[in-house]
Amino acid sequence: MTNSTKRSIENSKMDNTLPLTRSSTQLSTTLTTTERVALSLTKRLQKEKRFKSIGLFTVFFGFILVVILISDITAKALPAFHQHWVKVDINYKDNWLNIDESSAQNLLANPLAKRMKTANYRKVLKNSVYQMFSPPAGKKLNRKEKRQLFKLFSTNAEFTIKETLIASPDHFNKKVSIWVRLDDDVDSYLKEGFPVGEAGLRISEQQAQWISNLESENRVERRFNISFFTASDSREPELAGIKGALMGTLLTLFVTLLLSFPLGVAGALYLEEFAPKNRWTDLIEININNLAAVPSIVFGLLGLAVIINIFELPRSAPLVGGIVLTLMTLPTIIIASRAAIKAVPPSLREAAFGLGASKMQVTFSHVLPQAMPGIITGAIIGIAQALGETAPLLMIGMVAFIVDVPTSIVDSATVLPVQIFLWADSPERAFLAKTSAAILVLLTLLLVINITATVLRSMFEKK
Amino acid sequence: MNNSDIKQEELAQVELTQTVGNIYADDAKMSIRDANVFYGNKKHGEKQAIHNVSLDLARNQVTALIGPSGCGKSTFLRCLNRMNDNIDICRVTGQLMLDGEDIYAKDLDPVLLRARVGMVFQKPNPFPKSIYENVAYGARIHGLTNNKAELDEIVETSLRKAGLFNEVKDRLKEPGTGLSGGQQQRLCIARTIAVSPEVILMDEPASALDPIATAIIEELIDELKEKYTIAIVTHSMQQAARVSQHTAYFHMGKLIEMGKTEDIFTRPSHKLTENYITGRFG
Repeated sequence: MTNSTKRSIENSKMDNTLPLTRSSTQLSTTLTTTERVALSLTKRLQKEKRFKSIGLFTVFFGFILVVILISDITAKALPAFHQHWVKVDINYKDNWLNIDESSAQNLLANPLAKRMKTANYRKVLKNSVYQMFSPPAGKKLNRKEKRQLFKLFSTNAEFTIKETLIASPDHFNKKVSIWVRLDDDVDSYLKEGFPVGEAGLRISEQQAQWISNLESENRVERRFNISFFTASDSREPELAGIKGALMGTLLTLFVTLLLSFPLGVAGALYLEEFAPKNRWTDLIEININNLAAVPSIVFGLLGLAVIINIFELPRSAPLVGGIVLTLMTLPTIIIASRAAIKAVPPSLREAAFGLGASKMQVTFSHVLPQAMPGIITGAIIGIAQALGETAPLLMIGMVAFIVDVPTSIVDSATVLPVQIFLWADSPERAFLAKTSAAILVLLTLLLVINITATVLRSMFEKK
Repeated sequence: MNNSDIKQEELAQVELTQTVGNIYADDAKMSIRDANVFYGNKKHGEKQAIHNVSLDLARNQVTALIGPSGCGKSTFLRCLNRMNDNIDICRVTGQLMLDGEDIYAKDLDPVLLRARVGMVFQKPNPFPKSIYENVAYGARIHGLTNNKAELDEIVETSLRKAGLFNEVKDRLKEPGTGLSGGQQQRLCIARTIAVSPEVILMDEPASALDPIATAIIEELIDELKEKYTIAIVTHSMQQAARVSQHTAYFHMGKLIEMGKTEDIFTRPSHKLTENYITGRFG
């Protein structure tokens, strides 16, 4: 520090006026280094402050959006987790069931248990219900009323009746109370309580009257909708469940992970550790990067044209879906893995090489474990993408209406995002809640996968 | 004489110079003749990093390689166990012999060579594994033993030889990266010894350490030379003087002078060597 600057610092210390308050004409001539720094400092701090507040705002904005999204979906999904059941008095009359017990010989030839399986339960339900609701003054229900009355109950009700009788055959020819599902329109009406008789609504005033009668007799009960988790898709909203799509998603992701993870990691390791650096590897790198940007529906077309039409693998199967999603996920995994492998310090490789480790040993016992956390992150990003993918799966037929829960990778299946798409497209009011509930299931699955990955990652980091 | 004059003089001398002093050892463990190292490829121009270096590494003695930064001493050291093989653009010519065997022979596997010629690096680089695993790794990959008891013994002897055993015997299962810098470097030495190499190459093993840790490492080198042939690259002339029996002075990729350590430091024959060891540049 020269004498002159020292002196001027002392001057400025004695001076009561702060450097900031000086007029601009003095700025260029009389300011010391310290004063100049002080001047620029406020500017720099302001910049920092501005950037911080913008960042904070962005985070806050994102957070608010997520909260709105989640709460909206949850609010819409809640009705789907409950369902209304109704208690009906079922009369298992033999002639309603079309089981004739008069001839003992007939009975021996064809045991009762076997006949119960083929009996006419719809007739039993109809007649029992008509009996329950028959007007007191000897009047009879007309056809329209009968039709409306029968519509109160789910189509599944006759199966519930059938199963009850088969489970306890001693109900035969007796009158018992059985809980059955209400129709989805009635269910929605009970949940949401919209005004009756309006256009587009499927509840007539007569039906509303019956429902309130049932409620006043304590015959209606709100139960947890277990079938949402145990059933597959159905045309009837009150029966439709998520299990088929969930299993389809799990099977598809299983195939995807099984194919894309080893392939992606092997590809990345080869490119980073073994391949010579020349024009060909440059070309491959460019192509992999481009592949990551290809619209996913193109992969679906490829799957349709090659995997289904040429290799003749089954349509709508998780196997094909998994292969198509693997094509989509591979570039993501390869790019992330290469970055992670590149980040392994060269000193670690040198240490192992210096001890006489072969290339394979260096790669698999030192480089790979070090790169694993980064590779897992890449794999999770890829799998999360695959989880939400709809377009390529539409092309290979995973959009079909499938009632059975798939149990293997070659069964016909659909996946959660496609199921959401299908339900969102359905006209029945009750599918609105189902759609939101399916989205919740999808988000939960995503959360589970992410948590698993985080745990795995920290396990590898600890090592 | 100011700095730029020295530079000029230096350049002129390096151009002309032939190695002075004695490059031969009575009992050579390794002998290198006319080694050249090139970097780059034909298309983008090749740069020669080492020019016609010939020297012997005396058996069971310490040879120090000294010289200013970028003079090629580390590059030369890395040729001795073919660590440069991993660099695509690096090319080595000349005759490099270990006990009369050409180490760059086509049929010689560098993996085998590195088991015989171990290396300790400038920055301590233990594996992110336990102390035990660090030492046992070399023995394990070379299949020296499959027996747990024998492996335990190898680990213990190696750690003892590296003077680390007493400090870490209670925490062999803890990660090697948790040790202090000096301990890590001794762990790396123990790891190298565990493979029972014949030659140990050390690339500035103490440059990242404090004086006390350095002193321990130097003592260790002195003990190790009883069993191993050692080549050490160092920036510190005091260190070279303390630990080595032979010293080679490198300058701009050339071996300027080589001889007995006491001769080099007391009666350097070459002007460049004299300039360097008297601290006039470097």
